[in-house]
Amino acid sequence: MDNNKIIRMENITRVYKVGETEVKALRGVSYSIQQGDLVAIMGPSGSGKSTLMNIIGCLDKPTEGKYFLENQEVSTFDKNKLAHIRNKNIGFVFQNFNLLARTTALENTELPLLYSNVSRKNAKELALQALSSVGLEGRELHRTNQLSGGEMQRVAIARALVNSPSILLADEPTGNLDTKTGKEIIELFGKLNQEKNITVILVTHDPDVSSAAHKRVHLRDGQIEEEEKE
Amino acid sequence: MNLLRTIPVSLRALSRNKMRTFLTALGIIIGVGAVISMISIGQGAKRAVEARFNSMGTNLLFVHAGSRSYRGRHGGGGTYQNLTPDDAKAIQEQADAVKYVSPNVSTRAQVIYGNKNWNTSIQGVGAKYLEIRNWELEDGIFFDENMVKIGAKVCILGSEVNENIFEGADSIGHIIRIKKIPFRVIGVFKSRGESGGWFNRDDMIAIPYTTAQRRITGRTDRIGSIDVSAVSMVRSVEAQEQIEEILRIRHKIAPGAEDDFHIGNMSEIAEGAAESTKILTILLGGIASVSLLVGGIGIMNIMLVSVTERIREIGIRMSVGAREKDILFQFLTEAIVLSVMGGFIGIGVGVGTSKLISHFAGWQTLISAGSIMLAFLFAGSVGIFFGYYPARKASKLDPIEALRYE
Repeated sequence: MDNNKIIRMENITRVYKVGETEVKALRGVSYSIQQGDLVAIMGPSGSGKSTLMNIIGCLDKPTEGKYFLENQEVSTFDKNKLAHIRNKNIGFVFQNFNLLARTTALENTELPLLYSNVSRKNAKELALQALSSVGLEGRELHRTNQLSGGEMQRVAIARALVNSPSILLADEPTGNLDTKTGKEIIELFGKLNQEKNITVILVTHDPDVSSAAHKRVHLRDGQIEEEEKE
Repeated sequence: MNLLRTIPVSLRALSRNKMRTFLTALGIIIGVGAVISMISIGQGAKRAVEARFNSMGTNLLFVHAGSRSYRGRHGGGGTYQNLTPDDAKAIQEQADAVKYVSPNVSTRAQVIYGNKNWNTSIQGVGAKYLEIRNWELEDGIFFDENMVKIGAKVCILGSEVNENIFEGADSIGHIIRIKKIPFRVIGVFKSRGESGGWFNRDDMIAIPYTTAQRRITGRTDRIGSIDVSAVSMVRSVEAQEQIEEILRIRHKIAPGAEDDFHIGNMSEIAEGAAESTKILTILLGGIASVSLLVGGIGIMNIMLVSVTERIREIGIRMSVGAREKDILFQFLTEAIVLSVMGGFIGIGVGVGTSKLISHFAGWQTLISAGSIMLAFLFAGSVGIFFGYYPARKASKLDPIEALRYE
C-alpha cells in the first residue's frame, strides 16, 4: 500500500433513488491523490463532481466501491465515525461561505473545536492563529454581516484550517466573489498548500481557478474523462 | 462535545429571539404557577378541615342504638332504645382503651325565663362531656359526678340560647324553666360556631343525663346514645373493638348475628373529609397541569419552527464534525432551558398567587416544598418530553440536504 496516497478511490459508484427511477451520479470512479497535491476536480453541472466532493468529504457514502482516506476504509464507517473524520481530517470551504449568521469571525472559526476535545481557552488560541494565517488579524470580533465576501471566505478557510486537517476541500470557492478577490483566495489556497503541505482539492468549473492546480481531473456523466498533470 | 458546552450555545440561540423565548416560556410559567397555587389552595383546605376535626376530638366515638329486626322487618337506626346506663358503666369499667364515657339523653323542649321562651335541644349528658367533646366554658362551671348522681336540676347554656334568653345580661345563678321544671344556670358554653347543617352546637342546653331521664323523658332504664373518648387517637380503633365486644355480650347477641347498636367514629368522619379535600387537591392540580401540558406543546411548536429556521446552521455544524448526538443535545438543551427557566419564574408566580388568594379571598393556602418540587420536575419533564421530538428531527437531518437548504 502506498502511504503517500492520502486518498484512494476504487471503482466508486453512487446511485440515487428518485421515486421509482435510479439516477447514477457516479459510475465507477477510481482515482488517487498524493499528500500535498493541489488538485482541481472539474466538469460541467450534472457531471457528478458535487457527489464526488461529498464522498471525498465524508458527507456521503458510495453505493459501491471502496474509499480509503489516510489508509482507513471510510466507506465502511458509520455516521458518528464519519462526523469524527470530518471534524479531524477535513476542512470544508463552500461557495456560499456557510458561516453562522450574526456570529463573530472568531466564534465561527472556533466551531469545529466545539465538537472535538479542545478546552475553551485552547480553542480561542487556535482560532486566533487560524484567523491570522488567512490574514484576518484585527477582524476577529467582527460579525459575519460586517465582513466583505472575500473576508467571509477567509473566515471559512480559517474555520476549515483550525483543527489542522490533512485535506482542504473547496466547492467553487470563488463562485460568489469578484475576479480580483477570487484570485486572492486561490492564491491563499496555493500558499497554504505550499507552506503547510496541506492537500487541497478544488471543485470548480472555472478554468482560471483550475489553472492554479497541479493536477486536474475532468468528470463527465459520472466518469473520469481526462486526467492532466503538470 | 461536552454536554455543559451546549448550554451557552443554547442560551445564545434563545437570547437571539427574546420575545419568542419569553412567550414560549410563558406557557410553562403559567402552568407551573397554576399547579403550585391550585395545590396550595387544596392543601390549605385540607389543613383547615383537619384543624377543625382535631378541635372536635378525633378520639371521639359515638355509640348509638341500632335497628331491631322483628320477624324480618328492619326498623330504622335508633328506632329502638336498647342502650342502658349500665352499658355506659360497663364500657367505662371494662374497656381499658376508653378514657371517658358520657351517657346521653337527647330531646327538645321549650325553655322559659321571665317573659322569654325558646325552643331548643336539651342534651342530658355525663360529667365528662366537656372533656370528651373538647369543648370549653365561657363562664361558670360544669356539673360534676355528684350532681349527675343526684340528678341535680342544673344546666349549662349554649351561647346562642344564652344570648336569646338573657340578651347579654349575666345568666349564672338564674333559674330557667325547662318543661316547666326549674333549673339553675351554672355555666355557659363558649361559642363554637355552626358546625354546618343539621345541628347548631350553640343552640342547646346541657343538663345531667340522670335529671333528663327522671324529669323530662321519664325513662330511667334507657339512654339514647353514649359518647366515648378513647385514651388516644391511635387507640380509638382498639376502643371501638372493646366496646363492641362488651355490648355484644351484654346484649346477648349470638355470634354471627348483627349488632343491635352502631359505633360511629370521629376519625372516620375526619378521614372522609380529608379524603374529599385530597380529591379537591388532585382535581385542582390536575386541571392546572393541563395548562402545563399546553405550555409544553407550545415549546414543541416553537422548537419545530426553530429547527426548520436553522436547518442551514445544523448542516454547517454537521459539516464541521457535529455528531447526531451533539445536535440532539443542543436542541434538547434549548427546550430544557426554556422549561426550567419558565419553571423558576412560575414558582415565583405560583407562590405570589397563593399569597394574593389567601390575602384577598381569605382562604387558607399552604405551599409545600413537595408541591414546588413536583411542579418543577413536571416542568423539566415537559421540556424533555416535548423537546425530544424536534431535537431528534434536527439530529436526523442529512448534512448534504441541510447545507443546500435555502
